[in-house]
Amino acid sequence: MNYVALKMLFGDRAKYLMLLCGLTFAVMLIVQQGSIFWGLMIWSQSSVSNLNVPIWVTDPGIAQVDEVKPIADTAVDRVRSVPGVEWAVPLYKGLLRARLSNGDYHQITLTGLESSTLIGRPAEVLEGRFEDVLQPDAVVLDQWAVERMGGPNVIKIGTVFELNDKLARVVAIAKTQKSFTNIPVVYTTYERAIRYVPRERRTLSYVLAKAKDGVPVAEVTTRIHEQTGLGAFTAEDFGWKTIGWVLKNTGIGINFGTTILLGFIVGMAIAGQTFYLFTVENLRQFGALKAMGASTFTLARMILLQAFTVGLTGYGVGIGLATVFGFMTARSGGLPFIETWQLLLLVLVALLAICTFSALISIIKLARLEPAIVFR
Amino acid sequence: MDDSTDLQTQPAAVSLRGIVKSFGTGDTKVTVLRGIDLDIYLGEMLLLVGESGGGKTTLLSAIAGILEIDAGDIDVLGVPLSDLPTGKRTTFRGQTMGFIYQQFNLLPALTAAENVAVPLLIQKISRSEALRRARTMLDRVGLGDRTEFLPKNLSGGQQQRVAIARALVNEPRLLICDEPTAALDGPNGQKIMELLREVGRAPDRCVVIVTHDSRIFHFGDRMANLTDGRIVSIETITREGSA
Ligand SMILES: Nc1ncnc2c1ncn2[C@@H]1O[C@H](COP(=O)(O)OP(=O)(O)O)[C@@H](O)[C@H]1O
Ligand SMILES: [Mg+2]
Repeated sequence: MNYVALKMLFGDRAKYLMLLCGLTFAVMLIVQQGSIFWGLMIWSQSSVSNLNVPIWVTDPGIAQVDEVKPIADTAVDRVRSVPGVEWAVPLYKGLLRARLSNGDYHQITLTGLESSTLIGRPAEVLEGRFEDVLQPDAVVLDQWAVERMGGPNVIKIGTVFELNDKLARVVAIAKTQKSFTNIPVVYTTYERAIRYVPRERRTLSYVLAKAKDGVPVAEVTTRIHEQTGLGAFTAEDFGWKTIGWVLKNTGIGINFGTTILLGFIVGMAIAGQTFYLFTVENLRQFGALKAMGASTFTLARMILLQAFTVGLTGYGVGIGLATVFGFMTARSGGLPFIETWQLLLLVLVALLAICTFSALISIIKLARLEPAIVFR
Repeated sequence: MDDSTDLQTQPAAVSLRGIVKSFGTGDTKVTVLRGIDLDIYLGEMLLLVGESGGGKTTLLSAIAGILEIDAGDIDVLGVPLSDLPTGKRTTFRGQTMGFIYQQFNLLPALTAAENVAVPLLIQKISRSEALRRARTMLDRVGLGDRTEFLPKNLSGGQQQRVAIARALVNEPRLLICDEPTAALDGPNGQKIMELLREVGRAPDRCVVIVTHDSRIFHFGDRMANLTDGRIVSIETITREGSA
């Protein structure tokens, strides 16, 4: 009877396509919204992940990575003296205005890396050599800076601009994860960074550190916090802390949460509803089968088979379409789109649940169905 | 063989005693069957006639075991239907009964052969064997050249033939037909009745046909008249040129 069930499903092409469209649309909507949401979350903490260091140390009251709360210069040595710390280096991070030779001003994030190790540098460089940042007045931009500050004709290797009336010369373009605020990042050495900025009492933004091999990172962060009184976070925790802050303090959490939830409810409602309608419209056929001696169990199996077949097909097509959409948006760079397997799995589980649910409602209806309707 | 007095010497294949059935409750309660007594014998074709709304379909549904009755006993091939739990009754129906409806009730997505194969598939017979037997059956109702057609590509008369083949494919002992000619024009109705007599009627089968179409009354062996919820008359139909 599986054969009969599938023929019934595919036989009425218009109804099948409508059913499939409903499910596909639902899956696409959820995967697309979910992936964009997740992409934004990844962007929001890219200031952490772009530096790719295991431990971040700073003021204990810090809320998120882009907020800078300067700490005393002595913090670097204090962190170095904590047992289990392999290395610790200073990081400067601050907002500054860059003045281009064409007179344009742009707000940038100045990132100063310790000069002897350049720890925190981006892993990939698109043009030039990162090491050239050690040359006089040299800076490295990230690829988004090129885009934001006027494009590759204005910003290229050799371009000179001013930071606080002091010269900066571009020697390389680095590849980084786009950030949420999309403020251009200018990399230089720590020593040069504090010369660019106006004199302040404290200049050290963060201490970046790594635990010795074999020592758990979480234990080292605890020790740093206990010995120095500073806030010490693993990169992962700091990323999550930042995501949490963004969710709480911007509209993104609520807005996207609502969209996703609505997409989910609407999508699943469409899916369940269309499938239920499909069975109701076929009630007479099922009644005829029942009159011919098909048990409720057999009919239940047929309906579940139909539900899962159309559900899984809709899942596949929906994800396919969402992914194509993702590729297109990712290429244009306008919206982040990060499709995680967790999301895909969640959608699959939800979809199968809703298919089972609407199949069950149909089955209950069929179990109660008087096969006598076939005589009417 | 056409002499019904011969038939009545054997025990009835279907025996109905005191069947009562009402629909609704209180003010809207209508009693449709008010104590039906009827015996149907193997080898005969019994017409159940009466005016529209008289309860013929209700009685058929009760015989088929797809409608609960309020009172009375239904005995089919020696089995009291009320003794069978729902699941067993469904299986029993699948194995012993065939149905033909006014609305042919073919599955629109299945070809003629596949439609005819369905009762066999329900009995868990393999698809290839079921289709083979379905094609043979379609051949017997004169549709050997239409086995792969979808119902929508067949005329009404042809669709009803497919339905007849489907009803007969598992060799039922009891063939139940509700207004089989009502959706067809006169000539096609006559052909369907001829086919039912030729192919449907068999020594070890009883055929019950509900109709209010007087043009086909002469096809039956006996005719029971259901009026006001009771069988008011049973007459034996004399056939010219037979016996
Ligand atoms: N499921 C039902 N619920 C309520 N009334 C019904 C139902 N089935 C039949 N009836 C009523 O029972 C009466 C007999 O119907 P039916 O058996 O279909 O008559 P016939 O087949 O002789 O035309 C009609 O008045 C009809 O409205
Ligand atoms: Mg009727």
